[in-house]
Amino acid sequence: MAPSSPEGATDRRPAPRPLPIVVIDHGRGNLRSVQAALSRVGAAPVVTGESSVLAGASGVILPGVGSFHDAFTTLENLGFVAALRDYAASGRPLLGLCLGMQLLFESAEEGGPCPGLGLLRGRVVQLEGTPRLPHIGWNLVRRRRPGVLLGREADHFFFVHSYGARDVEDACLVGTTEYGPTIPAVVEKGNVMGTQFHPERSGTAGLELFQRFLGVVRRCS
Amino acid sequence: MLCKRIIPCLDLKDGRVVKGTRFEGLRDAGDPAEQAAFYSAEGADEIVCLDIAASREGRGPVLRAIERIAERVFIPLTAGGGISSAEDVRATLLAGADRVSLNTQAVLNPGLIEATAERFGVQCVVVAIDFRAGAGLGGWRVFTHGGTVPTELSLVDWAQRAVRLGAGELLLTSMDRDGTVDGYDLEATRAVAEAVPVPIIASGGAGTREHIAAVLAEGRADAALAASIFHYRKLRISDLKAYLGERGMPVR
Repeated sequence: MAPSSPEGATDRRPAPRPLPIVVIDHGRGNLRSVQAALSRVGAAPVVTGESSVLAGASGVILPGVGSFHDAFTTLENLGFVAALRDYAASGRPLLGLCLGMQLLFESAEEGGPCPGLGLLRGRVVQLEGTPRLPHIGWNLVRRRRPGVLLGREADHFFFVHSYGARDVEDACLVGTTEYGPTIPAVVEKGNVMGTQFHPERSGTAGLELFQRFLGVVRRCS
Repeated sequence: MLCKRIIPCLDLKDGRVVKGTRFEGLRDAGDPAEQAAFYSAEGADEIVCLDIAASREGRGPVLRAIERIAERVFIPLTAGGGISSAEDVRATLLAGADRVSLNTQAVLNPGLIEATAERFGVQCVVVAIDFRAGAGLGGWRVFTHGGTVPTELSLVDWAQRAVRLGAGELLLTSMDRDGTVDGYDLEATRAVAEAVPVPIIASGGAGTREHIAAVLAEGRADAALAASIFHYRKLRISDLKAYLGERGMPVR
């Protein structure tokens, strides 16, 4: 509960050199905050709408807010659907944020059925039974099984969403949060990872999560 | 459990933070990026940044201040003031805001709420409503243009309509209480909270930690926004959160 400065996360040992991380730009949302947070933890974010860049990438972040259907269509038009499937199959680390996490699943039911990237089993549906909707604010994420993204048993992260993943494989469900029903908050299946919350907006806890993702990228590259 | 949010509000004019009383008599209250960094370190859950002169003077959003805040602060940032088109929304988000707050322009052109929600998602749309208590119109009348122009809209009716159009959250400001430190308008806040499904940010009148506890409990608000008491350091956010936590409220 005691607040600490997000700047505190930079007091750790500095990275030997900035690690290039590709941030996919599909024309939605606030990329500046993802960029700024990655820079803060010692990465060199490369924001791009060019799917060919993935071929040489060692770490990729898929951000996004807004409509699943629009985002998937844009990714498809830009060539990212095939490029992301190839990238994920190569075993290199991929992290989806909020809508970016939802896109990792098989399908969504937002404004009619829509396919997703299909890198994780499960589908994306509107949240039901929540006290209010959208689910907006800081909620406690509890770790359900060992994974790489969460550093503590429980931590607060910032959520803002109306849809969530359902029928997620239990083995992939690393963290959950409660808002009426239990909501998948962190999913991991090997190199394919996602957070329903916004680490780039979750203060120190979020910066630490990015640091752990960078650790995975370093180990893989 | 979802935490109750404490939100310092930076009212901007000419690139500086200002604060007045009942929307008048503005005083300087510092540099926006400095203030935002201070509040983030204090445990603020979000920053709201409003260009309060924009609709009156016809200027666009204050993107530069938003950029400077977004580079330093890693908590959510909602920005508003003078946003009148989807292009303004896009520019504000690109500058580093997570969500936009629509006020006057939403009343003048409700289609803007719909267009923003459709393109960027309802979670991106905060509709801010300035209101004043009075006879008729269900008890509270909506004002626009920084509180200078009365409308024929009732608070609860407009709130419900804004949500139907795509508002993902409502920011309610009592003009009668703004800057007075006399306490929030609990009745109005609760009336709206009970009439709509989306989260409510209460604003206007915070003077003590008890006021904030009251609007989050009796007022049924999900978040409490304040300016004066934080800007002039009458109340520290860290102390406020400890107080709310002792009263059993979920806080970060």
